[in-house]
Amino acid sequence: MVKDGMIVEMVGFPGHLGDVIEGYYARPVAPDPTPGVVVLHHAPGLDPWSKEVVRKFAYAGYATVAPHLYHRRGPGDWADVAAAARADGLATAMPNEQVSGDIAGAAAYLRAQPGANGRVGVIGFCSGGRQAFLAACDVPSLDAAVDCWGGSILPRQSDPAGWRPHGRGVIHRAADMSMPLLGIFGNDDSNPEPGEVDEIERVLTELGKTFEFHRYDGAGHAFFCHDKPNYRQEQAVDGWSKVFAFFEAHLRREDAHVHLDH
Amino acid sequence: MCTWITEKVPMTGRARGVPEWISVTQANVSYDHPSCAPFDHAVLIDFVNPEDGVGARIGIELSATSARALVSALNQALATPEAVRDLHAQSTRAAAPVGSRG
Repeated sequence: MVKDGMIVEMVGFPGHLGDVIEGYYARPVAPDPTPGVVVLHHAPGLDPWSKEVVRKFAYAGYATVAPHLYHRRGPGDWADVAAAARADGLATAMPNEQVSGDIAGAAAYLRAQPGANGRVGVIGFCSGGRQAFLAACDVPSLDAAVDCWGGSILPRQSDPAGWRPHGRGVIHRAADMSMPLLGIFGNDDSNPEPGEVDEIERVLTELGKTFEFHRYDGAGHAFFCHDKPNYRQEQAVDGWSKVFAFFEAHLRREDAHVHLDH
Repeated sequence: MCTWITEKVPMTGRARGVPEWISVTQANVSYDHPSCAPFDHAVLIDFVNPEDGVGARIGIELSATSARALVSALNQALATPEAVRDLHAQSTRAAAPVGSRG
């Protein structure tokens, strides 16, 4: 594989209800059958860091697309579109069924590309982590999911001042989880805090789901983000190695070719 | 009359604006992950005019300490006799504020 070669572009593809949404797409220049990855950006939007993540996967040999989950709130600069979407609130900007439809559309787009090996995983960060957990339960066309510090997977009470609205969470969908899940968490995080990660583990174990969680001391929320003080070099390097080992095992294994033939 | 009184407070944060003046009809304020400022969380203030599209926005991201200093400076400015007089006049004809906690 020519690891240093990649093609990067903005693309459009049908998402939820056939809405054409934009995505940041990077693919390796390689003759090998190529697995796909859908990257779900964090709450600040499809920002430069999220695009770096897309290119990181392309460099590692994955055709990768990040759907712009706030696309419908545009057009405009990504930061302005994100600000408008965030002001609308999560339930309005990114309702669960819309996100699942957009993820399914992104996965279909990747599978339709020349050289695709037919396998597609999803990875999400922050709010995207929660959405990756949801996708593992709601988008059966995917083959593997990675939740990086996804908050609000469990129900949340509204606080007395009313700033944090009641959240139903997505844990009630866990019974439908149809693919292996990898979870990456920092033990200093406050959403999800360690007790909540314990509870998610308990539910998945009770349901007999296939999952592995890696929980890091000395790290909090978003500790992969090298442009923020949250970055923790040692934990991030190890966390990324867990992510790539997981996707290599589930997306690039030998029977991927057999999967294509069916 | 001109007050010629300016509060100067040190700030740590980021701002993003537009080249020309825009009408501001709404401010969105939250404490959340910033897009640019080098913090995990920050006070995010967007001065916007939603009717003119998402680009009609002046976005400011401040550290919590900076935002508190800004609040203090605003209150100082609002304590001038001219501001007190205008506040009193405006309170009699103020429109209902836009409130959203989406």
